[in-house]
Amino acid sequence: MISFTLNNIITKYDGEPGVTLLEYLRHREIFSVKYGCDHGECGACTVLVDERAVNSCLILMPSLKDKTVETFEFLNDSAELTNLQQKFLTTGAIQCGYCTPGMLLSLVALFRQNGPPSEQDVREALAGNLCRCTGHVKPVKAVL
Amino acid sequence: MKVIGNDTQRVDGNALAKARSVFADDIPHQDFLYLKILNSPIAHGKIISIDTSKALQLAGVVTVLTHEDFEPHYYTTAGQGYPEPSPRDTRIFNPVVRFVGDRVAVVAAESLEIATQALGLIEVKYSELPAIFDPREAIDNSTIIHPEIEDDEFLYDAQRNIASRVTANLGDVESALESAEYVFSGEYSTPFVQHCHIEPHITLTWMDENERLNIRTATQVPFHVRRIVAEVLDFPISRIRVQKPRIGGGFGGKQEILNEEVCAAVTLKTGRPARIELSRHEEFFTSRSRHPQQIKLRIGLDKNQIITAIDLYILENCGAYGPHALTVMSVTAQKTLSMYKSPNIRLHGDAVYTNLSIAGAYRGYGAPQGFFALESLMDEIAIGLNIDPVELRLKNVFSPGDEIPIAEILGEGREGYKTILNTTGIEECLHRGKELINWDKWAATPKEDPLQRGIGVAAACQGSGIPGIDMAAAFIKMNEDASFNLLVGATDLGTGSDTALAQIAAEVLEVPVEKIIVYASDTDLTPFDKGAYASSTTFVSGGAVKKAAEILKTQLLRQGEKLLGVSGARIENGVIAATGKHISYEDVCVKSFYTEEQMQPMATASHMSYDSPPPFNATFAEVEVDTETGIVTVQKIVSITDSGQIINPRMSEGQVEGAIPQSLGMALSEFMIFDKQGCPVNTDFNSYHIYTATDMPEIIAEFVHTTEPTGPFGAKAVAEIPINGPAPAVVNAVYNACGVRIRNLPITPEKILRGLGKI
Repeated sequence: MISFTLNNIITKYDGEPGVTLLEYLRHREIFSVKYGCDHGECGACTVLVDERAVNSCLILMPSLKDKTVETFEFLNDSAELTNLQQKFLTTGAIQCGYCTPGMLLSLVALFRQNGPPSEQDVREALAGNLCRCTGHVKPVKAVL
Repeated sequence: MKVIGNDTQRVDGNALAKARSVFADDIPHQDFLYLKILNSPIAHGKIISIDTSKALQLAGVVTVLTHEDFEPHYYTTAGQGYPEPSPRDTRIFNPVVRFVGDRVAVVAAESLEIATQALGLIEVKYSELPAIFDPREAIDNSTIIHPEIEDDEFLYDAQRNIASRVTANLGDVESALESAEYVFSGEYSTPFVQHCHIEPHITLTWMDENERLNIRTATQVPFHVRRIVAEVLDFPISRIRVQKPRIGGGFGGKQEILNEEVCAAVTLKTGRPARIELSRHEEFFTSRSRHPQQIKLRIGLDKNQIITAIDLYILENCGAYGPHALTVMSVTAQKTLSMYKSPNIRLHGDAVYTNLSIAGAYRGYGAPQGFFALESLMDEIAIGLNIDPVELRLKNVFSPGDEIPIAEILGEGREGYKTILNTTGIEECLHRGKELINWDKWAATPKEDPLQRGIGVAAACQGSGIPGIDMAAAFIKMNEDASFNLLVGATDLGTGSDTALAQIAAEVLEVPVEKIIVYASDTDLTPFDKGAYASSTTFVSGGAVKKAAEILKTQLLRQGEKLLGVSGARIENGVIAATGKHISYEDVCVKSFYTEEQMQPMATASHMSYDSPPPFNATFAEVEVDTETGIVTVQKIVSITDSGQIINPRMSEGQVEGAIPQSLGMALSEFMIFDKQGCPVNTDFNSYHIYTATDMPEIIAEFVHTTEPTGPFGAKAVAEIPINGPAPAVVNAVYNACGVRIRNLPITPEKILRGLGKI
């Protein structure tokens, strides 16, 4: 049994140790977290763990002991995310939208860590979020 | 125009930005059975026996289906118009496996873990057969991949492993080449590449309260899914409902009935809801890919550098089955031969079976392979004749009013239709691109060893839907607050087509686009649409929406006249007005519903076109070649496109910006590798590298304006055209940089260093 904070709620987990955070969250119907590759390569399953953007498919549940997990659902009405969502919309950075939650969370983590990012900072923050629709042109432009 | 040409925000934008539960898998599925496919581990062999008893004994396994559970029925998985011009060479499960990844069985279990575990408990005995991996060895090989198929009109010659053949002749190529002042030739090849939509193929099926089969699936072709599932499972169309929610990219990969029939079979057998999702690993070798092609091209020119003959030979590797085999190859030829005028044309194409992964539809649909060859050879000609590559192209492109003869000779699996070019912006595209890449000043740029820079150009065209075949329909009805429900079968796969269609309706009805409520891609509730492929949605589906909106607008004017007791009404400032009287849209609808001249204001329309006006594109690339390591880095891509009247500039730019890295991947980093047994090697994003945010070069995407008379508000297509140019432009830029001509994609450091004589 471990406990961790999920979207501001203390949560206990005593299930199978081999379950990934991605599997757990989607089983909990937290559907903003997307399956894309299961190998930590595409970023569609990005969540924040202790404020860092991570691939939830690579996190085994027991490793979350005493950690803080934030998903898109929790941040949806926060100023930091709303601002980025609006920029994505007005720039046309969303096409199919499947990778959008992951991209936005990577950017939330970036903006929490630093001051105004350079273009290179933004590109590096998004480098783990594969997107086959936009070529990353407008997602990068959206936040610069 | 008030709405057309605006950067209207996507109609699905808020839902996507908020990550609402809009994708196929974003519904609770506690009661669902989880499906896993047992894939063949060998490239070619007969199944001697399958023992599923141990798998069935595993707690939580509900059923296992194999070829023994189905009557033999041959179909194609290609999501095309009916009758699909693809070979009927596929069975839902087949006692013969033909590639590593071929379907052997499906397990349905209470969890994904149990289903996966059960796969290992199925005991299959195979008798291995010799396999063919090289398409050049396929024809007349002693190994026959589909020996049992004898009478399929869509399979060219099973006994010779030729899935499809396409030929065309115009004039006399041989004598034209003999008498030509110059003849250039080259042989080119492209590899298997993958769509890599980030959402994998995902399908959920269940029986509803009326015992109808519901299929919720990530597809580009919901109506073809309904028809083909009905055919394969011998289940009535009337009892199938297919819904496409938002889908996470397709690019042609979802123009396929990939697992819908398997999932539906489990639901029909068990009565249980079922869910199948491909893992990324499975995506790479069990879904579809771009057809590898080997192209031999000869071009003859007169002393004025005018093309007099084009001789095109295509050898297409369709893998183990032939979905889209004929039509992709036809498009390769039809598009490349629509680019430059030539009085003499000869085409011979063979699509052959091999024991490798199955190819299918992928954005561009054969044109990227063809333009890689054509635009590479055009560059070689320009260099050989010491003429500016842009100038050579400008001398030979079609002009407005020209007939494009190949379009009539070669259609979609049959003859096409007479085609006169109405609009072409290719000259302007080339001129504008030259400015933006600094073409004329480039020659003076000094080169610094070991980093050599170069620039290159490629021109291309595509189509706008499939002429004479693609049909789409739209239904619009009005509500009391002067909003309109627009119901279309058209399938937005992330491109924003729902938004473009809403803009077209809004423009006709003279209302803000927010007044249009789009509901799409539901076979129960929306009218037929061929689906999202062949760059058809804006042009064909948009044509249907425009017609329906025009019918409804006329209806509203007549209704307004009746209600006002006048004639000669028109729309002024959003109200229906005539001779000093006026009535609002809202009042027309409220009165029509409840008090006077009662009726539902609504209209339907269908659209089909014998025209498929080509959009054009000129792509310029600037590259840097490290002559010590052989590494090529793309610095800049300028992509100038003529897509007629642009419906939504920002979304159209997005189409171009997304197409470019897919083509750069084919040029530089993406290719599927198979080992000597035909096993796929690079089946993840680590070893199959697609362009990331840090790989992207500077991108400049612009449009030139034309007004196509056959398109809605002058529009032509935009989705596919920008994917044709980047790869050949990069190849030409690499030659310009370091003198190495790459004719076999992808460009690798090894090929560069070999070309430089360094290894």
